[in-house]
Order: sequence, then C-alpha cells, then structure tokens
Amino acid sequence: MTRLQKLFSSKKDLLSIYYTAGYPQLNATRVVLDALQESGVDFVEIGMPFSDPLADGPVIQQSGTQALQNGMSLEVLLQQLADMRPGITMPVVLMGYLNPVLKFGMERFLERCAQVGVDGLILPDLPLENYLEEYRPLFERYGISNIFLITPQTPEERVRKLDAHSNSFLYMVSSAAVTGAKKGLSDFQLDYFRRIKAMQLQHPAVVGFGISDNESYKTVCQYAQGAIIGSAFVKLLEQAKDLKGEIQRFISEVKNGK
Amino acid sequence: MFHPNEKGFYGAYGGAYIPEMLIPNIEELRGKYLRILESDSFQKTYHHLLSDYAGRPSPLFKAERMSQRYQTNIWLKREDLNHTGSHKLNNTIGQILLAKEMGRRRIIAETGAGQHGVATATVCALMGLECVVYMGQTDMERQAPNVARMRMLGAEVRPALSGNRTLKDATNEALRDWIAHPTDTFYLIGSVVGPHPYPDLVARLQAVISSEIKQQLKEKIGTELPNYVLACVGGGSNAAGSFYHFLEHPSVQLIGTEAAGMGVESGETAASMACGEKGIIHGSMTYLMQDGDGQITEPYSISAGLDYPGIGPLHAFLKDSHRATYLPVTDAEALDAALELTRLEGIIPALESAHALAGLGKLRFKPTDQVVVTVSGRGDKDMKTYMEHFKLTEK
Repeated sequence: MTRLQKLFSSKKDLLSIYYTAGYPQLNATRVVLDALQESGVDFVEIGMPFSDPLADGPVIQQSGTQALQNGMSLEVLLQQLADMRPGITMPVVLMGYLNPVLKFGMERFLERCAQVGVDGLILPDLPLENYLEEYRPLFERYGISNIFLITPQTPEERVRKLDAHSNSFLYMVSSAAVTGAKKGLSDFQLDYFRRIKAMQLQHPAVVGFGISDNESYKTVCQYAQGAIIGSAFVKLLEQAKDLKGEIQRFISEVKNGK
Repeated sequence: MFHPNEKGFYGAYGGAYIPEMLIPNIEELRGKYLRILESDSFQKTYHHLLSDYAGRPSPLFKAERMSQRYQTNIWLKREDLNHTGSHKLNNTIGQILLAKEMGRRRIIAETGAGQHGVATATVCALMGLECVVYMGQTDMERQAPNVARMRMLGAEVRPALSGNRTLKDATNEALRDWIAHPTDTFYLIGSVVGPHPYPDLVARLQAVISSEIKQQLKEKIGTELPNYVLACVGGGSNAAGSFYHFLEHPSVQLIGTEAAGMGVESGETAASMACGEKGIIHGSMTYLMQDGDGQITEPYSISAGLDYPGIGPLHAFLKDSHRATYLPVTDAEALDAALELTRLEGIIPALESAHALAGLGKLRFKPTDQVVVTVSGRGDKDMKTYMEHFKLTEK
C-alpha cells in the first residue's frame, strides 16, 4: 500500500493544506511543511508556481508570482524536499501546471519525485486522455499517483472513468470557480456532494476550492473523506510574522473551531 | 493534412490541455461546431451578415505605387475596410451564431489591441447578448479609443492586472471567467489559439479572406493563385484566414510576419517562432516563449495585437513542415512600413498590419510575381503611437 492509500484506509475527516513552494520566502517551503506536520495536518499539497496559473484565483496567483521572484523552480523545490523523509511521515503531493514539468522532462521529474518521497501529482491541465495515452506507464514505473479533479459539471460517466483510473483519491472541486473564489457552501454544492457520495466510488474524494474554516471543513467531511484548504492558508502565510505559531493556531481552529 | 485530427492536433501541435473544469464545455463545443458551421441555416445567416452587415467581400486593391516601389505586383486585401475596422468581425459573426445556437446568453472575450473586443461587443449589441471583454491594463491605456468603443457598444471591459497586463493575461482572465461560468457563458476566442476546437473553428471562420482573394484574383488577372501571400501573426487568425485556401497549393508562398519588438536578440520581443520552443500555452501545444524552467516569458511589441508569447498551433505546424515561412519584423521596421503605405497609397494601416507590409522589404520578388498582402486592420486606434513616433503634433 502507498502512503496515500494507507492514510485513506485508516482515517476519516482528513485535513489537507495547499501552500505555494518558496512563499513567502524561498526557504519557507520546509519550515511550513514541518509546521504543518507538527500541527497534525494529514497530508499536504505543495504548489509548484507557474507564470500563468489558469485554475487559480488572485491569492494563489500572487503567491506564485512572488515565489518565482524569490527564485523558486522545480529543481529548487526538489532540492528543498530532498531530505524530508523520513522526518516527514505524511503524504506529500505536488500540484502545478504541465509546461514546467514538460520542460523539466516528465520522466526525469517523476524519477526525482520518487527519490525525494513525493507521493502524488496534481496537474490540472493534463487531461485524463493525454495522461492515459502518453504518461501513465511513467507514473506507474515511479510509483507516483496522478490525482484527478472532478467538478459539479463533470458528467456521471466521466466521474466513473476518472475514478477507475485513479489509485489514491479524487480531488473534488467544490464549485465552478477558480481557487479562493468564495466563502460558504450553497445548496447546489451540497447536492453535488450528496450526488458524488451516492455514487459509491471506488476511491475516496477530498473536497477543495472554497474551504477556508472549521465550518466548511466540518460540512464537507459529512460527504467526503476530507477537505483541502488553499487560498485561506496562503493568505495567512502572506501576513504571518511568526510562521510556526500562526500555522498551529490556524490548523487548530480549522480542526476544533475557535 | 492541414486540418487537425479528431483530438485537435496538427502534427505535434494543438490538442486541448485544459483543466477538468473546462472539459464539459470544450466537449460540447467539439461535438457541435462542425455540424452547426456546415448547416444550411448557419451558412445562410453567416454569409448574409458578412455581406450586408460587415460589407464583404472586402476589396482586393492593386497598389500601383507600392508595386512600383517593390518592382512587382502588390495586391492589398483590405480587411481594414471590414465593419469595425479589422478582420476580427469575420470570426465574431460566426462564433456569435454558434453561441446562440448553443443557447448561451453571456459572451466573454479577451482582447489585445481591442479589435477583437470591439468586434465581439459589436455582434453582442447586434444580437442583444451580454458581453464581458478582458483586456490587459497596459493595453487599455495604449488602445484607449477601442476601450471607449466597447463601452459605447454596451460591453463591460474588465482590466487584467497580472503579468505585463497584455493579451496573455487577458486570455488567462477570460479562461478563469469561463471556469467560473460553465453553463451560461460562451468564450468567444479571437484568434487561432486555445484548446481544440478553437484553432480550427477560428481558421474556418477567417477562411473567407482567402476564399475571396482567390475569386478576386481570378476576376482581375485570370488566375486564382498568387505567388505570395503575406500576413502578420500574433495568435495568427488573419494569417490563417489568408493562407487557408492556398495551403494545398504549394506554388503559393505563404509568409507570416511576427513581432520582433526591439529585435529577436533583444529580449524585448514577441517573436514566438524565432525565439520560442515547443510548450503549452492556453491549452494548446505550440511554439511559445519560455525560460529554462518552463515559465512563460513576458512578450513585448509596439503592437498590442501581436504582443503574445505563443502562436496558433496551425502556424507551428506550417513552420515545421516548411509550408509557410515566418519572418520577424521589428517595431522600427513596422513603423516605417506603416508610413510608407500611408504616403504611397493613402491607407493608414494598423500597427499589426504594418508588420505584414514590412515583410515586403525582406523578400525578393520578380516583376511578374503577384503578391497579396493582407491589411488586417486600419490604423485609427494606433494614432497615439503614430503621433509620438512621427511627431505629428509638432508644427
């Protein structure tokens, strides 16, 4: 069993945090990672900054721009993560866009990910079909899980197809929006969560986009196995004076309420 | 061979590298566009609007003094005389009919120079549809008259504030808007870029340019085929339309001119063919300007319409297969060419089109050659730039 599979088979109400590599300072990547593990987060997604992040709202865009100015790149990120294992025991997923990965070289990148102990990749602009045709054997060779997104508009048949080709979890985008768009969950979204839950998929789902606090975390955990918080956390990093302390307070508030 | 395969690839270029959020929309469009475009009712309305609303066919004008200057036969395809002042309307008329057929009430678009934004706002006014145009803030400043035109036409112009605040950034914002409005909104892309089927859709709608050139040449000189066709390329829609019906005729030399800005070696350029490498931009595999880490580089050109770091995948394929040749043209060369056309023929071209005209000086023609240059747009929107460079306000 992979680290991701072990986690999903052993625990409910998972809390995952997304943050941008190299933000607010280049060397913050490991500091934030360590603080998140200490705070009891279940797994993380580390954003690989890209100049033109199509699926991201202003908060994550801005953090990516800053990170690139700080000197972040795939090479730097892999070096920063090189000695994270075994200290970091939770699964680590990298999230970013296809072009920098292709420029780095898909196989070389997957190999390096495997070496440092990265568990999965989320590449929103790599559609399922292109993955299956071109890259699946490479992901399998290096044991990296490719994590697919589903959205409220994804037809049932396609959700089943994405589920069938998944080997860890499905990233359930909570609404038709880019990241960080809104607060609060509508009836339409709850219906969508119920619909996916009722499909009894082979793989667990985790809800991301629009999750920012204890209330939204608790709500989505009624329908899915966990929640991902991104923009709200990145916003905290932007203003944090005491990174470690503020991260701990934020995670504790999300998990337990104020 | 010059049409994309069913997955949207022209050779190695094209495709649809898009997030899952956009897949239902793109699938729907892919499933419907050819059937709608080829239907009798679409063809009838499209051609009616092209003739009675846009004023087509646009003239093919024999530019005698230019011909003398270059010692050959130069024909100008006058897209600048199309309603709204550029070729962009050919595409927006077609796509707005498609959007209506698909039941979409809200139209979004990106624009660089503002010509596509104006053409979109125009057809939205004509059809009574809501219109939101994304435009980089830098471009809103340098193309202010077009911003005012869009607003007068009832469109909302939203500034794109990321990156260099130009066409690339406006396209990012439009795609984000589409992600957020998946059911009621139609994304009316202005060039042969973006995920499949857009490059093919826009090329088909602009193909009217080359279809008319063929017919007009036949009437004027008795042959359909010129020796050369020149057009400027940003994303490449007027070039795709100018080349389209000549692609299968290898005797016709197809020349695209791209914006070199301060020069291809200067770092201040938008010449994605000369300076770019294969990569993904806005959902399409193509040539694009990027750094060693795969980050897209900020382009530069004096022409807002060509200030784009990528190029349509059809053009990437035409370059690799040597069917078309792409030449870089600097800001200075474009300005000279704009003034030359103005003084020799009494036509003030758009800065974009001036790049196509500057291509004339880079080629060697025979006196018997028939050379067609597409004047994609008129220069009214660029008067501020021309006033500065040609010191037109001084006495």
